[in-house]
Amino acid sequence: MNAPKRKLRVATTSLAGCFGCHMSFLDIDERILQLVELVEFDRSPITDIKHCGPCDLGIIEGGVCNAENVHVLREFRKNCKILVAMGACAVNGGLPAQRNHLDLRDILEEVYHTEPGLSGGGIPNDPELPLPLDKVHPIHEVVKVDYFLPGCPPPADAIWKFLTDLIAGRTPVMGHGLLHYD
Amino acid sequence: MDNTTQKTLAEILQRHGGDGTRLMQILRETQEALGWLAPDTLTDIAKGVGVPRARVEGVAGFYSFFHTVPRGRYRILWSDNITDRMLGNGDLMQSLCRRLWLEPGRVSEDGLVSVDFTSCTGMCDQGPALLANYRAVTRMTEDRVEQMAGLIRDQVPVADWPADWFRIEDNVRRADILLKNAMRPGEALKAALAREPEADVETASNARSWREGVHAQAHGPSAVLEEIKKSNLRGRGGAGFTTGIKWEACRHAPGDERYVVCNADEGEPGTFKDRVLLTRQADLVFEGMTVAAYVTGARKGYLYLRGEYRYMLEPLNEILARRRDAGLLGVKILGRQGFDFEIEVHLGAGAYVCGEESALIESLEGKRGVPRNRPPFPVTHGFLGKPTVVNNVETFAAAALIAAKGGEWYRGMGTAKSAGTKLLSVSGDVARPGIYEYPFGITLREVLADAGADNAQAVQVSGPSGLTAADNEFDRKIAFEDIPTAGAFMVFDHSRDMFEVARNFAQFFAHESCGFCTPCRVGTSLLKNLMNKIGEGHGTQADINEIYSLSRLLQMASHCGLGHTAPNPLLDTLDKFRPAYERRLKSLDFEPAFDLDGALARARQMTGRDDAGAHLAESK
Amino acid sequence: MSDQKTFLLDGREIPFEPGQTVMQAALTAGVFIPHLCYHPEFRPHGSCKLCTVKINGRPATSCTMPAQAGMEVESDTAEIRDKRRALVQMLLVEGNHFCPSCEKSGHCKLQALGYALGVMTPHFTHFFPDRPVDASHPEVLLDFNRCILCELCIRASSEVDGKNVFALSGRGLKKHLIVNAESGRLADTDFQATDKAAQVCPVGVILAKRKGFAVPIGQRPFDASPISAQAERYKPVAPAPKKEA
Repeated sequence: MNAPKRKLRVATTSLAGCFGCHMSFLDIDERILQLVELVEFDRSPITDIKHCGPCDLGIIEGGVCNAENVHVLREFRKNCKILVAMGACAVNGGLPAQRNHLDLRDILEEVYHTEPGLSGGGIPNDPELPLPLDKVHPIHEVVKVDYFLPGCPPPADAIWKFLTDLIAGRTPVMGHGLLHYD
Repeated sequence: MDNTTQKTLAEILQRHGGDGTRLMQILRETQEALGWLAPDTLTDIAKGVGVPRARVEGVAGFYSFFHTVPRGRYRILWSDNITDRMLGNGDLMQSLCRRLWLEPGRVSEDGLVSVDFTSCTGMCDQGPALLANYRAVTRMTEDRVEQMAGLIRDQVPVADWPADWFRIEDNVRRADILLKNAMRPGEALKAALAREPEADVETASNARSWREGVHAQAHGPSAVLEEIKKSNLRGRGGAGFTTGIKWEACRHAPGDERYVVCNADEGEPGTFKDRVLLTRQADLVFEGMTVAAYVTGARKGYLYLRGEYRYMLEPLNEILARRRDAGLLGVKILGRQGFDFEIEVHLGAGAYVCGEESALIESLEGKRGVPRNRPPFPVTHGFLGKPTVVNNVETFAAAALIAAKGGEWYRGMGTAKSAGTKLLSVSGDVARPGIYEYPFGITLREVLADAGADNAQAVQVSGPSGLTAADNEFDRKIAFEDIPTAGAFMVFDHSRDMFEVARNFAQFFAHESCGFCTPCRVGTSLLKNLMNKIGEGHGTQADINEIYSLSRLLQMASHCGLGHTAPNPLLDTLDKFRPAYERRLKSLDFEPAFDLDGALARARQMTGRDDAGAHLAESK
Repeated sequence: MSDQKTFLLDGREIPFEPGQTVMQAALTAGVFIPHLCYHPEFRPHGSCKLCTVKINGRPATSCTMPAQAGMEVESDTAEIRDKRRALVQMLLVEGNHFCPSCEKSGHCKLQALGYALGVMTPHFTHFFPDRPVDASHPEVLLDFNRCILCELCIRASSEVDGKNVFALSGRGLKKHLIVNAESGRLADTDFQATDKAAQVCPVGVILAKRKGFAVPIGQRPFDASPISAQAERYKPVAPAPKKEA
């Protein structure tokens, strides 16, 4: 079989993440030139497209911590044939999920009322601001996810192996050293 | 800790000789006296029995009926078997909570009362049932709820509540050899002692004998064992191990200390036949235990009574005292030199897993009721590491009859592979719930007809861990070679939703998993959550697939029967009542397990927002 | 022919001494079977079930199952790997396991088994339990979020240290580790950082304070080779002698 002629369309985004996975993605360095021969980017920090259109592959960094994350994630799921959770936060909630044992009320009170800094302004009620969920969830708890690549962040070599496997139509297999959770 | 408290505790510890293996009874009696097990109480108990404090706390934390935090002076626990639900326990519980201004599971602000659910209390034929400070109450109604709320508010002691509430019916609907037994106490034992080996019976097994040191005169026990073996009696707890082989293995195990344990931890939801046997035929059961002691050479026996049957403790102890006075227990029973045997009742404290024999033994030793690794088996390494026979209540009762009337007589009843009779606890959608004793081989259809079930769609045989039989299986037989059972027989008519039946059972197993092994500890809760997800209308095909795959893992990797059988009701209902699941599925696509819009409620409340952006519509 | 008794493990002949379990014999022969609650110096426990194998076609726990001549054991098969993966995933969602911020990362057996079994996702829905940490002890931190209930610290404290610092309370999913003090605080027990119980935690519950992240990434025990290639580390040894309490 020949490789697909059409370039694969890929969208990426970060939800409750730090863009570290995107940075690690960029660490594939000059291999990105090989990659752009195979893929074109839809919504992504690289393109500044605001909404995801129909795509072959969607890559999500970060977990789900607020209403906007849910909307973006659903948009990706609706438009992408294959959805990938990339990095610790997308895979298990990661650092943001470490607030999950706290009551949201206590968190908001502490940030906006009792602790110095933002206190005094009151809890903001601006409709422009997305409302936080009571817990942070990994993305597989909100939509169906097809593939997972853990790591904080996953190393560039792992991302490269993972993507080239997927693009070539192979189930990605991460050998020792490429699969890690930290 | 004040002086009275200290004195009470000292008395309890003294009564039990500071014996750590008696920890369960010490904890129960302490709690009965003091209301709960406070941190300093546990410290004192630990000192008193010479066990590390953390281990005492661990035991107290294992059993549902022990409280290491205050639970109110009135603790009301509604039995939550599916049969109680069918009789409306949910609404009644809500009503009681409303009347007491109480949230289920929480203690009232004034520390007076808490109301919660508990696993099946064994009153399925006379539900909805509850435990009021661990005393069984049956046949709850809205009127009784109203009265009860008043009694609690007026702080009337439970002992002074209407006596009728505590009346427990036997509801014997069909009696056979066990329930019709009219032998006088001691009769079976006398017959056993009179039994000598027949000329052609091999007595060489006496080489390693009944009781080390009394070989010469001890040919009788092997003769009784022969009768038990001849009878082909099999264990009535459900597993069906041949009783004679078990007794023989214990008898031949090395060592000169042996134990006989009667498993009356009747925890399988829908089962209540041991309660009736112990109410009507306690002497027969004790006699069976004494026969087992005679055969194996045990000097000490325990009856492990489930905590839900607390009300039976004093009556059973009275019967034991009578038997002692009559020379049927104690030293030189019926004058036979060397035949010494004592029986003690050990009360459990709300843990289904203790029905598993090795967990029961751990519990009997004053530990957390966690099933042991096997091998070795209890017949060689049981109570305190000594050879131990553990049998069900009904098995001992049958053994007493066999000792009196012989194995051939017993074998003449039932089927070729399942000798004798079986007690069934019939409940649910039947006109005449109660106890039915049949010879093995009876069909489900015949039982349904006798019990007055004219519209049955399913029968749960042997409880949640058993079989869900659909109407095309009603000609199957109760027998080890077809449907083995510990005795539960819950009937569901066509108005019942079999998904809710399975969901109740999934909740039960998650509540009762001991937590020792990973697959059961986590898996039963995952299964419960999946059933709740489907039940709340968020389910998908993927969740059903997940139930199958988790079930296979539990069956393969669990440590004991609880985990192995926990998937049974889900697999059976998925197989036989699949539309009950499918009609609840939201879609065939993915759905989250939690309510996304609900997860914003806290933030909406905190910010006072209610605009469109403050809500998450359902996904399409 | 020697009279050494053997059994077959995935087609390979494994010799064993009388009294050895399947796990002990396999590790002695250099064949790794995944495990968490097994420890070379302690009696088998059989609770984590990671070492589940099939013996003559029937499931069994290899760390508690006595080896017998002629048995046929399957361990590294697709079916069993799949089940073990699910068990690791269960443990991952039962507690709160955030490897990037855990000092045990790179030393953690749960993590290493995740790698060896190719666990890419926790898969199940997280329970996200609330388990407060105990930082009361001057030298050791207890982070219960990561406890997998293997009971190794309990066994070590009781069988080697002669102290009984740890125990379990609760049941089912609410089962949890407790310490031997009315206050519930480690500082109020006789626990010491030099105790055997401080050395045996396979995950990141019992941690020496001020010693985290000492080994650079790349040099940690499971960086160079997967746990499955390190069977020799887990060969059975004589139990540590019990100290006087």
